[in-house]
Amino acid sequence: MKTKLKAFPWQEVLIPIVAVFLALLVGSGFILLVGENPLMAYSVLFRESLGSTKNIATTLQRATPLIFTGLAVAFAFRGGLFNIGAEGQLYIGAFAAAWVGFTFDLPRLIHLPLAVFAGMVGGALWGAIPGYLKAKLGVHEVINTIMLNFIALFLTDWLATGPFHGGTWVPETARIKSTAALARLYPPTRLNTGIYLALVAALVAYLILWKTKRGYELRAVGLNPTAAEYGGINVARNTVIAMALSGALAGLAGTEQILGLHNRFILRFSPDLGFMGIAVALLGKNHPVGVVFAAVLFGALQSGSAAMDRLTAVPRELITIIQALIIFFVAAEYLIRKMLRLKEEA
Amino acid sequence: MNKVLEMRGIIKQFPRVLANDQIDFDLNYGEIHALVGENGSGKSTLMNILYGLYQSDGGEILVRGNPVQITEPRVAIDLKIGMVFQHFMLVEPLTVAENIVLGSELRKGPFLDYKQAVADVERLSKEYGLKIDPHAKISDLSVGLQQRVEILKALYRGAEILILDEPTAVLTPQEVDDLIEVLKTLRAKGTSIVFITHKIREVLAVSDRVTVLRRGKKVGTKATKDTNEQDLAEMMVGRVVLLRVNKEPAQPGSDVLEVKNLSVKDPFGNLRVNGVDLTVRSGEVLGIAGVEGNGQSELVEAIAGLQRAEQGTISLNGVDITNWSPLKIREAGFGLVPEDRHRRGLVLDYSVADNLILGLHGKTPFVHHVGLRHEAAIQANAEHLVEEYDIRPSLPHQLAKRLSGGNQQKVVVAREFTQNPKLLICAQPTRGVDIGAIEFIHQQVIKQRDQGAAVLLVSAELDEVLSLSDRVAVMYNGKIVSIMSAEEVTEHKLGYLMLGGRLEDYQGEGGNGHEN
Repeated sequence: MKTKLKAFPWQEVLIPIVAVFLALLVGSGFILLVGENPLMAYSVLFRESLGSTKNIATTLQRATPLIFTGLAVAFAFRGGLFNIGAEGQLYIGAFAAAWVGFTFDLPRLIHLPLAVFAGMVGGALWGAIPGYLKAKLGVHEVINTIMLNFIALFLTDWLATGPFHGGTWVPETARIKSTAALARLYPPTRLNTGIYLALVAALVAYLILWKTKRGYELRAVGLNPTAAEYGGINVARNTVIAMALSGALAGLAGTEQILGLHNRFILRFSPDLGFMGIAVALLGKNHPVGVVFAAVLFGALQSGSAAMDRLTAVPRELITIIQALIIFFVAAEYLIRKMLRLKEEA
Repeated sequence: MNKVLEMRGIIKQFPRVLANDQIDFDLNYGEIHALVGENGSGKSTLMNILYGLYQSDGGEILVRGNPVQITEPRVAIDLKIGMVFQHFMLVEPLTVAENIVLGSELRKGPFLDYKQAVADVERLSKEYGLKIDPHAKISDLSVGLQQRVEILKALYRGAEILILDEPTAVLTPQEVDDLIEVLKTLRAKGTSIVFITHKIREVLAVSDRVTVLRRGKKVGTKATKDTNEQDLAEMMVGRVVLLRVNKEPAQPGSDVLEVKNLSVKDPFGNLRVNGVDLTVRSGEVLGIAGVEGNGQSELVEAIAGLQRAEQGTISLNGVDITNWSPLKIREAGFGLVPEDRHRRGLVLDYSVADNLILGLHGKTPFVHHVGLRHEAAIQANAEHLVEEYDIRPSLPHQLAKRLSGGNQQKVVVAREFTQNPKLLICAQPTRGVDIGAIEFIHQQVIKQRDQGAAVLLVSAELDEVLSLSDRVAVMYNGKIVSIMSAEEVTEHKLGYLMLGGRLEDYQGEGGNGHEN
């Protein structure tokens, strides 16, 4: 199905779109409750997120880390694993990238790739731990990834306030060298070249999953591990690999935040980007292309929410409600199928 | 009016298929009416409509001459219709009596009147000649006896029309004989019975009339005495069918598979295979008969490297492959049609093309050396095999889960057979597969044998074991109890051995009074 363009999965695309529409519809009820006109509020939201080049740039900037974490969750999911640890992998990746960034003095051509690579490796190692525990001991990855989130959080807390404290009164590390920073694309917005990295990551994830032997094995393990085993596929090895690659993608999210936005490791800088990745993956139907679109949508909602808050009586928390509603409706796929009278996929 | 039941012009439309297309079916008082057809022909659907599990989209149902609307099983039960499903609906930790009265139990205050329940079961058991111990726990009963409990349950609820959905699929030959006796007794007592099956010989043994369905349509109804095996098979499949496999005598060569003193434990530490010795030569089919759960699955999985061998050795062409990885064993020249195609044999959410390379996906020509898939080769392989093995629909990009059971099995068979393995294990190769595909798969097995493969066949279908095997082994309780050449074997002898009898004690047929 995925190898043939003519078998384009319309239903797979239609359901998330309907889910978003329904979420906005229900959300308008809340807007009415605060005494505003929903059309008005949504038009502000739309204008402020996509109405100008600057706004689009902000939206994409917000979307960038969500593409990475969304891909991370989706990639693991294709391998049959539920990675709730993207947040922790993101912190470890972020710190590794920051460390390379502020420690070394290197030409840009080496320094930046090295920092990015460090971020990837950091996330990959942190992801590989629960993968290994699952493969060798059968410990469920959901438990381990959640626990490793806390360990990553407190570990980086300590690193950034202890041995690598930047020496100011703020809990953060020293600034990274400019040679390790991702270039800004559209100042004054903070959109940076990380977006290119994110799109490349989506392409690479797609290619790995559907165009390589490795991807064939990963997906087979995810869909039917007993059949995979029968087909001579090493389930344990593929579990570790899936988690490591997932962690690498999450690590890149942290890397982009450090090298492109903050230019230093700030304590607990992530506004739950790793957890948002779960929502993004869900909305994007665990497909790299879907993830990119879902991330841009979430980015748009976030970048428009501030203005909506400012210009209308609708508080920005409405956006959180709408995001939750989107997830609710995507999860309630059966309901949407019934509404659209789509034939049951047996 | 001598019809207890009439179904007229029943239509049932499912999203993708017309499961029942204007089907007429009727049942006389006190007759056994066999309803036969291949998988997906609509026989279960029709009976599920009668039992109120599905609603028909057209047609009418008359019970004892009165038009009825059977909206749910409760209504069917009130109309004295009972159904025995293929998968029993019994509460295992409870006793026979408790299960039989469940849902319509008599109470003594807030408690179950257990004494009355036992008395009722004993009375019923005596009346219909269905021997059972009311105090026995379900989990301690054999499958055949559990089925008897299901029948008693229906009778307890006053069933006068009894529907049996593929009742013999789970039984040993002896148990089938017993069931047939039971059905004849019930008929003598005036119960009208619908007997769903796809095994023609049972139809001939037990029924008064037979109705054949094919692809949702009724092909015809005949008096059983006016028809025969070949005739029914043709009605079911829609063309002339070869019921016996045509094969030359085997030309066995060297030993290919040698199993010595093999023991295998299940994950709970129970010994499932207990010191098995076995040899399969090239160019022969060794069939293993046995009631399921006697260690056949574990034996096969251990040979395939999918379960650990606790002790003993397995060698393939003289090379010790004991506890090798499944991939290495495959590469040593091994092919396996697994007993459960959904669990082991297929990734149902993969396309047919992708399933046709499972296990070969890392080999040329399906992969370039950098690890990229060679899409053109995968596609070409699929097109070739879909054509050669007549897999329908012939769309390589179709998801495997959209195929019928028979076509899914052909995908597995195509993949495993085209590698021309030196050792080929076929476990339940035609389970849930319709007659047309069975015929094809059997021919392919013999073709592999004639090309020099050593074939190990494991099957719960005695017919299959008998018609394909050159030698037959019986497995009971983790051991191979006997290996015979095909000429020495009879179905009855096998059934006796399968239930734990010893060959020395075998009395021959007729000892217990029902042969055919």
